[in-house]
Amino acid sequence: MTAHHPSEQLLHRYSRGDDDIPADQLWGVESHLESCAPCRGRLAPDPTAQAVWTNLEPLLDRTPQMSRARARWRVHGWVSPAAGPWLAMILLVTAAAVALDRVGFVVGERVSLVVLIAPALPVLGVAASWGRSLDPAHEVTAATPRAGLPLVLRRTVAVLAVVVPGLAAAGVLTGVGFVRWLLPCLAFTVGTLALGTLIGVTRAAVVLIAAWALVIVAPTIAFSRMAVALDPAAAPVWAGLLVAGLAVLAARRMAFARLEVNR
Amino acid sequence: MQAIEADSLVVRLGKRNAVNGLSLRLGHGVHGLLGPNGAGKTTLIRTLATVQSPTAGTLSLLGTPANGRLKAVRRKLGYLPQHFGYYKRFKVREFVEYLAWLKEMPSARIPGAVHTALERVGLTDRAEDRMKSLSGGMVRRVGIAQAIVNDPEVLLLDEPTVGLDPAQRLRFRELVAELGRDSCVLISTHLVEDVAAACTDVVLVNEGSLMFQGTPADLATAGTAQHVGDSPIERGYSALISANSAGGAW
Repeated sequence: MTAHHPSEQLLHRYSRGDDDIPADQLWGVESHLESCAPCRGRLAPDPTAQAVWTNLEPLLDRTPQMSRARARWRVHGWVSPAAGPWLAMILLVTAAAVALDRVGFVVGERVSLVVLIAPALPVLGVAASWGRSLDPAHEVTAATPRAGLPLVLRRTVAVLAVVVPGLAAAGVLTGVGFVRWLLPCLAFTVGTLALGTLIGVTRAAVVLIAAWALVIVAPTIAFSRMAVALDPAAAPVWAGLLVAGLAVLAARRMAFARLEVNR
Repeated sequence: MQAIEADSLVVRLGKRNAVNGLSLRLGHGVHGLLGPNGAGKTTLIRTLATVQSPTAGTLSLLGTPANGRLKAVRRKLGYLPQHFGYYKRFKVREFVEYLAWLKEMPSARIPGAVHTALERVGLTDRAEDRMKSLSGGMVRRVGIAQAIVNDPEVLLLDEPTVGLDPAQRLRFRELVAELGRDSCVLISTHLVEDVAAACTDVVLVNEGSLMFQGTPADLATAGTAQHVGDSPIERGYSALISANSAGGAW
């Protein structure tokens, strides 16, 4: 098929898509092109088509494609894909605490369950967002450029965006003032991350929840009296812990780029 | 400048050095990382992927020291961990898109890049299926797709052929040969035949140290008929490992 290379003019008409080429010639050109690379090379792009394409390309780039698909990574730019079920559980636990409070179940000397669960809830959410045991994709995530404190903080904000309104609603329903739950809640959130830079987020979550249960919850139940830490007067101490946690976090921020923090 | 330059790298895990003073230089091409179980292959790959910080020694990737700010280097990195975890509820396409977002690819480029990556691993027809509906071999291929979605200059694959059937392994070898033409591909494997067929270069580690670096043909010449193995390269492998390990045949 290489004996008769088509003329320049015929090739040009073919590439332009002229529809008045006789069928036998068209067929000849087509089958020749299939087997002759040099002639395929001669098929110079038509200037008109080229001009149309040059104008069209930037528009195509701007046209949203698969817009539905984008929603998912927009959402998960904030909420860790692993945290969904845990956030749902956090809301259920909050609702359960309110329900128990409303039926008159209080611990010790009128200590509402809402106060007792407040610091533990965000800790769970944070562990689910950056911990090895709860986030199956933690290792691939850790190797990406977005891994690091900014992404951790985004995910933490998403957790707080669920926890805080939930607890605020619970506070209104049970009459627990926000001073008594908000600061411990925030201090434990930042504390998990700060301690996490030293021993890993999962371990930090376990340590802090255990410490809260042993030091505050257990004595409150055992001795039927409110722990000093739950008194509104303890607010400056909680605020101090919050600031200390933020300072550790700022100093150790680079640690979040590595896998060790997921432990 | 080589893509990967490691000098006297030490990585301490608990009480032992999983990587023990290892120096390595790797440029373009497909490099096979071989070694017995517990030789430190996974720790080495994790360290090269910048997720594990070295205890001592220096590492530079694409001419940039891999400490401190890692963002720029990580954009050019592809990594498939040995245990590739994923989100079961995600569709295949969504999962690879999410990883592309984590790799800071421009939003406009993501759909096209994801499509190409899934095409290269032959999963275009499963793109809209949930991750939980995939077989083990398909999950592994999604792992390869997410690793290559950003056209990495350094591609680190830890046991990528686990779970692939023989036909898929052949297709995988073609793919890495293609990728190795203009990037640095390091594949950890315990399958000596994978290395013989797909790699331009062999890196052999044992007990955290570099034992051998050369072509598969060089490795084959180290073995003699007395050594265990079904092929020259397997015999070369067992010759080098048994010469340098105090333990028994295992």
